[in-house]
Amino acid sequence: MTSTTTDTTTERARPEPIKAVPVRHPWRWVATAVIVVLLAMFIHMLVTNTNFQWKFIFVSIGPGQRGAMFTPPVLNGLRGTLLLTLFSMLIGVGLGIVLAIMRLSPNPILRWSAFGYVWFFRAVPRLVLAVLFGNLGILWSRFGIGLPFDQQIGDIFGVHDLSAKIYSVRAVDLLSGFVAGMLALGLSEAAYMAEIVRAGIVSIDPGQEEAASALGLSRGQTLRRIVLPQAMRVIVPPTGNETIAMVKDTSLVAFTPVAFELFFQMRAIAARTFQVFPVLVGAVIWYLIICTVLMIIQYYVERHFSRGYGQSGRIGRIREIDVEHTGRVEVIPDIGPGGGAGS
Amino acid sequence: MTDNDMTDSDMTDSDMSQPVQWIGKTNEPMQPSDMAPVRDRPADGLMVRADNVHKSFGHLEVLKGIDFEVKCGEVSVVIGPSGSGKSTFLRCINHLEKINAGRIWVDGELMGYRMRGSRLHEMPDREVAAQRRAIGMVFQRFNLFPHMTALENVCEAPQRVKRTGKSKARDGAASLLERVGLGDKLDVYPGQLSGGQQQRVAIARALAMDPKLMLFDEPTSALDPELVGEVLDVMKDLAREGITMIVVTHEIGFAREVGDRLTFMDAGVVVESGPPRQVISNPQHNRTKAFLSKVL
Repeated sequence: MTSTTTDTTTERARPEPIKAVPVRHPWRWVATAVIVVLLAMFIHMLVTNTNFQWKFIFVSIGPGQRGAMFTPPVLNGLRGTLLLTLFSMLIGVGLGIVLAIMRLSPNPILRWSAFGYVWFFRAVPRLVLAVLFGNLGILWSRFGIGLPFDQQIGDIFGVHDLSAKIYSVRAVDLLSGFVAGMLALGLSEAAYMAEIVRAGIVSIDPGQEEAASALGLSRGQTLRRIVLPQAMRVIVPPTGNETIAMVKDTSLVAFTPVAFELFFQMRAIAARTFQVFPVLVGAVIWYLIICTVLMIIQYYVERHFSRGYGQSGRIGRIREIDVEHTGRVEVIPDIGPGGGAGS
Repeated sequence: MTDNDMTDSDMTDSDMSQPVQWIGKTNEPMQPSDMAPVRDRPADGLMVRADNVHKSFGHLEVLKGIDFEVKCGEVSVVIGPSGSGKSTFLRCINHLEKINAGRIWVDGELMGYRMRGSRLHEMPDREVAAQRRAIGMVFQRFNLFPHMTALENVCEAPQRVKRTGKSKARDGAASLLERVGLGDKLDVYPGQLSGGQQQRVAIARALAMDPKLMLFDEPTSALDPELVGEVLDVMKDLAREGITMIVVTHEIGFAREVGDRLTFMDAGVVVESGPPRQVISNPQHNRTKAFLSKVL
């Protein structure tokens, strides 16, 4: 018995590993069965129900044409949806970080203006903003860069129609559907992102900032190098949420109106061919594909920013322990029989 | 010296009888009543000189007139019960906390303020940061940057603040980590290190800026008892190398062994100060006696 444990200092032999009958879980089997049956029914329905018109969705909507998901206008719309998502999220994240830093600034003017911005853009629904931005051309005929209040100042000095514009464009040109829609979505997103970024920054231990300033790092360096990279861990998951929500919110700009967008183009096909349901299914499939890709990207971004604490590191460690554990279980039977023979 | 004497006599009659004017943010009024006359520059040979330092948080007065001096190359140990203001005082020295009254000089430079004519001006953040570069600080809870490896933690300040080249900064950081006994942990994240190892990285990080003065804020209080020794050993090495150190701690043994001076603080004042062996074996004040009897 002791021959197998001569290396160890203790005299006691390792006891036999526990061999117990595991607890049975009959309800797990019942639940599995129910779900499998439901899934089978669903797949059966997808295959047999001819009203899905799979051929119409994937292969061809008519003689010589591609399937509804792949017609040129739809692919163009898909590109528009992706671009809108990208640009409005860029505006949202960039402006959101600026607003969050403003809200945490010691300067009360900056703090309150950021608060005012967030208040306004969170209060107004995105759909209303989309329509509003599409109609901003009503307020001004031209947009320009120049001295502020130039005409008013001119009036004071008796000069009428003083114009100190350096550059200007027609409002309708600038706020062509796409730009208006992008601004509506991006500016609204910035308000939400500001709160997400602020939450991230506030979550960082003040000791980090203290350590950085004790080393002589400036406020900006501390924020860029120390606080924000750590805050990203908190910021990324809700930002992934926001991005995925944004993919779907791009369909709101149909009211701006923007035609360069996935859902609008899909509905156009439905209106032309009267195949409403298959077109909706096609749109659902496109949104599923986009969001799946985004979720995969989010996984890698999260992994990048969890350096040093990482969920990934912890999981890795647990796995190592598991391996060790199973290893031990494998080794013990080798020893077991020997020990048994000895006794 | 003559310069000092000049300003000294100038200020006593022109300025110091009046409440001191603080330029910039006026969050707390000065307490002029208990202002002792202070000079623009301290006497030579002192690394730190604090004159009648007061600090309040709201209505709570934490420091009630601290006078404190550390000579160059000296190891000064500060002990006292929790809440006595010793950590706050340490944070005032590198201006992490703004003092409400009094003056603090480090290496002859007034911390956080500048005399221009007869008025005191607040320093902008940039200049305060420049002053802090010469002062290393080690915290109770380490405050390592968790998203950076040990090496990156130590490199960060030399690279960003001193603009040292990357390879040079890395070499310097590696040899510092070697010096604190962590030469094999360069690429390890703080989360994978023990408390004692983390604190040694923190010491290396502070040393990377080549400080004239090191501040230790209860460096071993957050450690398991068995890990205290390794951090104290590193600190003893530093003391032997002649770095000026101020150590707030509960380790009386450390104070006795390497301290040149021991200061006992209680309730926001310095109760007693002197050579460690003398203060420990023969305390003059009842409060010191009471505290030491509990700690020893």
